Amino acid sequence: MSTTTQPATRRGFNYKKFLANNGALVGLVVLCIALFIATPDFLTGQNLLNIGIQVSTVAVLAFGMTFVIVAGGIDLSVGAVAALSAMVSSWLFVSAGLPGWLALVGGLVAGLLAGVVNGLANAYGKLPSFIATLAMLSVARGLTLVISDGRPIKTPAEVSFLGGNLGPVPMPIVVLLVAALVASFLLNRTVIGRSMYAVGGNAEAARLSGLPVKRILVTVFALAGLFAALAGLLLAGRLDSAQPQAAAGYELDAIAAVVIGGASLSGGLGKISGTFVGALVLVVIRNGLNLLNVTSFWQQVVIGLVIALAVGVDVLRRKTRSS
Amino acid sequence: MSQQPLVTLQNVGKTFGPVTVIKDVTVSVYAGKVQVLLGENGAGKSTLIKMMAGVYQPDAGRIVVDGKTVTLPTTRAAEELGIATIHQELNLVPTMSIAENVMLGRMPTRHGMVDRSALRNRARAALNLIGLDIDVDTLVGELGIARQQLVEIAKALSINARILILDEPTAALTRHETESLFAVMADLRSRGVGMLFISHHLDEIAEVGDTVTVLRDGEFVAEVPASTPEDELVKLMVGRSIEDQYPRNTGAGTQPAGTQPAGILAVEHLSSTGRFSDITFTVRAGEVLGIAGLVGAGRTELIRAIAGADHYDSGTVTVRGQALPKGNIQAAIKAGIGHVPEDRKGQGLVTGASVNDNLGYATLASTARLGLADFAGQRSRAQAVATKLRIRMHTIDQAVGALSGGNQQKAVFGRWIIAASTVLLLDEPTRGVDVGAKVEIYELMNAITAAGGAIVMVSSELPEILGMSDRILVMRDGKLAGELTTAEATQDAVMTLAARDVDEKN
Ligand SMILES: Nc1ncnc2c1ncn2[C@@H]1O[C@H](COP(=O)(O)OP(=O)(O)OP(=O)(O)O)[C@@H](O)[C@H]1O
Ligand SMILES: [Mg+2]
Repeated sequence: MSTTTQPATRRGFNYKKFLANNGALVGLVVLCIALFIATPDFLTGQNLLNIGIQVSTVAVLAFGMTFVIVAGGIDLSVGAVAALSAMVSSWLFVSAGLPGWLALVGGLVAGLLAGVVNGLANAYGKLPSFIATLAMLSVARGLTLVISDGRPIKTPAEVSFLGGNLGPVPMPIVVLLVAALVASFLLNRTVIGRSMYAVGGNAEAARLSGLPVKRILVTVFALAGLFAALAGLLLAGRLDSAQPQAAAGYELDAIAAVVIGGASLSGGLGKISGTFVGALVLVVIRNGLNLLNVTSFWQQVVIGLVIALAVGVDVLRRKTRSS
Repeated sequence: MSQQPLVTLQNVGKTFGPVTVIKDVTVSVYAGKVQVLLGENGAGKSTLIKMMAGVYQPDAGRIVVDGKTVTLPTTRAAEELGIATIHQELNLVPTMSIAENVMLGRMPTRHGMVDRSALRNRARAALNLIGLDIDVDTLVGELGIARQQLVEIAKALSINARILILDEPTAALTRHETESLFAVMADLRSRGVGMLFISHHLDEIAEVGDTVTVLRDGEFVAEVPASTPEDELVKLMVGRSIEDQYPRNTGAGTQPAGTQPAGILAVEHLSSTGRFSDITFTVRAGEVLGIAGLVGAGRTELIRAIAGADHYDSGTVTVRGQALPKGNIQAAIKAGIGHVPEDRKGQGLVTGASVNDNLGYATLASTARLGLADFAGQRSRAQAVATKLRIRMHTIDQAVGALSGGNQQKAVFGRWIIAASTVLLLDEPTRGVDVGAKVEIYELMNAITAAGGAIVMVSSELPEILGMSDRILVMRDGKLAGELTTAEATQDAVMTLAARDVDEKN
């Protein structure tokens, strides 16, 4: 009896395990094949470049979000911080008359500072990250409107360059790849990155082992702010102007990308490569639905279902791991 | 004796992925009897009882209840057949009150709403059984590990089970609470409840058990009467005999007069409101200082304050003449302090992370170069210490949460071995550790003190305190009640100091 059941269970286990560990990637491949069959417009050079450009903003935001989620928190402010950073940069250039490159750096610093404030409020002010960053969402969006008076401001050439082309390759794609490498290096190789997993897994055990939990949390949110600023500049560069309502709601895309990529919202789990795939899944679905002329209303429904499916896979993964 | 067992696991087997954990084991529980399961850490005891409790499904064999083959797909199904379980790892909701935890899933209701007074009364009754005198509205998260264990026991007792499984219920308890538990067990037994009892305290086996099933590496080794001598049991369990359970030449740390080694750790007038007050002592190089006391005496709080885990109000902590800042764990670690907390799952380990990672947290920053983690070095150090401590695992990349309880404990310990800590603060260092591994931990303590280190050990196991300490402090109600040399120390002497208040009250 056991001889007949064993091979079956073993095959079932491997299949489950493979799916659980690479669910998002498998999903992405299936999606691409389906779109390739469904529409001739999908696999064209131009469309693939489009996807690359669109994914760059979401993915860069989501890389920052990955740090936060791995460390057991959440950052709802990344979309607003992205908009604020781009606006600060344009304002520094247009109104304060700073050189373009300095304005670009100023934008990044603005994002970093917003992140530091989030981190301080969470680690030292003991505000749950959900609340601290919800407040920041409102503050950052408000400041963006105050600075811009509700109108777009044009970006310096240095920022527009981020939205342009480097030879045949769009700059956003270059920035995306560099950001992915940096984020992955930080998370995998550095002390601070490894500590994030410990803090997210069990903050008290991490603290008693001598890890500087509060400083780690501040760093985590600071990184999320910095990556958000970069995403905001990419977005503004593409439009040659900082928009007051830019990146509204993007935080949800970023969270979705991280979760589809296999991170756990309870902390301690997650990878940059997974997040990258997660962001691609979101963007490819949107792109495909556009090509198939599905209205944006229905697109939202589909995206919601995809997120639910991805979390389902997350649950399955944890089950296979614990048994 | 052809009495029908209440429940039998018949030729059961269990594998996790590629690892076979239980192979062809049969064990029965009879009405009014206490069946003991004995085996080393990782032998498979918890895995076995989890099949009886509906947590795991056996991959082979069958479960028979009252002569009928059953499946237990959920813990609920097991409870419906009258099987209640006290698990080794606590399953409590820290943000809920004691009463709510005890009655979780069985909240008494009136008109569809939770009947709070019935809830309190029933929880109160269950807690009285085991002599836990505490406000049932207290949040479980505020309790120490021993009291949490008592809540967990009360929860299982309140189910009115026919079959009660107790997986190391006494590991976190002092003798005092253990005796209350045994009194309850005696009462249950006279009422025909069948019990399955697991413990690494061999002396408890003859005290409460009827028969003992010995497991080794997931396989059945023998079934013997509970009256079997301890060294006989040890031999069955580890496959060899253990010469000396407490391999310390106690008092050796106190060297001949004139060459008295310097104090390494000095604690002076340490006070923390509501926890402990005016504690003063020194620990010398090469010394093991034992701290005994009842649950709630403030031993853990004291240790945590010294380690920098909590703040305190006044007093000083000095290591090798250098005063440590309050509540600063990093400074304490830098000064050579290593702290093994009492609750390994909640405070000691990141259970979802690998054994490798867990062993390395304390040295992550100190071994890094330019902020980059030293992966290769970390791995070889972790591997070496895992081998040294004989941590039983499938691979070093396995999640530490999947190790057996005793092996998890060794992993917490191993972190400080890697950090080369010279002042170890151990809070119940062998809780849930088997006899063989205990001796290994004791040998490690000896090696640390022989190399000039110092150890402070809080333990609720009196034989361990007596067997391993060079000097013993006894705490009572947050104060030092007395100090005993090895020559003076006996179980009675310690208990008299620890419990004087309790006796006066009674
Ligand atoms: N969920 C799991 N996944 C993989 N391996 C597991 C899992 N649970 C237990 N094991 C392995 O099964 C073996 C037996 O573990 P078990 O917890 O039953 O031991 P035990 O006899 O209760 O030990 P202890 O005395 O330390 O509590 C161990 O080697 C452990 O690593
Ligand atoms: Mg166990």
